Amino acid sequence: MVKLTPTDPCADLLPVEHGHAVLRAVAPTDMWLVAPYNGKAKAAAKAAQKLVGQGWPDPGQGALSDGRGLLFFGHAHALLVGVAPSKDLMKSAAVTDQSDAWAVVDLSGDAARDVLARVTPLDVRPAAFGPGQCARCDIAHMQGAIVCLAPQQFRLMVFRSMAKTLVHDVTVAMESVAALGKTA
Amino acid sequence: MKIPCPLCGARDSREFSYLGHAGLLDRPAPDAGDAAWDDYLHNRDNPAGVTEDLWSHDYGCAAWVVVTRNTATHGILSSRLAKDGAA
Repeated sequence: MVKLTPTDPCADLLPVEHGHAVLRAVAPTDMWLVAPYNGKAKAAAKAAQKLVGQGWPDPGQGALSDGRGLLFFGHAHALLVGVAPSKDLMKSAAVTDQSDAWAVVDLSGDAARDVLARVTPLDVRPAAFGPGQCARCDIAHMQGAIVCLAPQQFRLMVFRSMAKTLVHDVTVAMESVAALGKTA
Repeated sequence: MKIPCPLCGARDSREFSYLGHAGLLDRPAPDAGDAAWDDYLHNRDNPAGVTEDLWSHDYGCAAWVVVTRNTATHGILSSRLAKDGAA
């Protein structure tokens, strides 16, 4: 039987470092889109709580601890990260395996917010977007998601087929910010 | 321009796409007759003042949003989720 090897769409393109920002690939992990069935939102939240230690995320919220978590991923969806769904969760929600559907990268460093501000119209000032927050938003004209992992660390996600575009656009932004020569 | 999404907060207008007047939510019954369907499909008010539009937050939460705005002042007054029904 053929054994399939998971591959990271950004592995050959990263890491990239310019100035005070670094872009790194994130190793592929479990990612499942979770959409509770009608009237089953509470049961789904309870099952999620058991699985990742946190309930259904409020709009714009989502945290990862030890690589696990549940992220706000749309008006009717959350993204389960780092763990496969339990039977309980599958009873109360439609789940779709998205593990190989996204290009996932981490942007970090003292210039990370300056870089981010060049690729997304999202308000990325610390007061508006801090740790524990997650946004579906425009990333360089791609429908993506950004999770704030730490004050200067962000996880960026776009559709897998757009991995090269993501790396290209973020790299250009990193070069532009670095060219300003600001010391952080 | 920013549009207030009820879930995501104020977001850049480039994240949204426009459909038309929020009256599209009041779909007539299949047997409502030609006059009602003609009105639904083709006739629109053109108010100088408050009106409601449907926007889709494509790049964000993917929800349909009803945005209340004033055509005379360009002010955006409020927004709500289309799935919550009429005001």
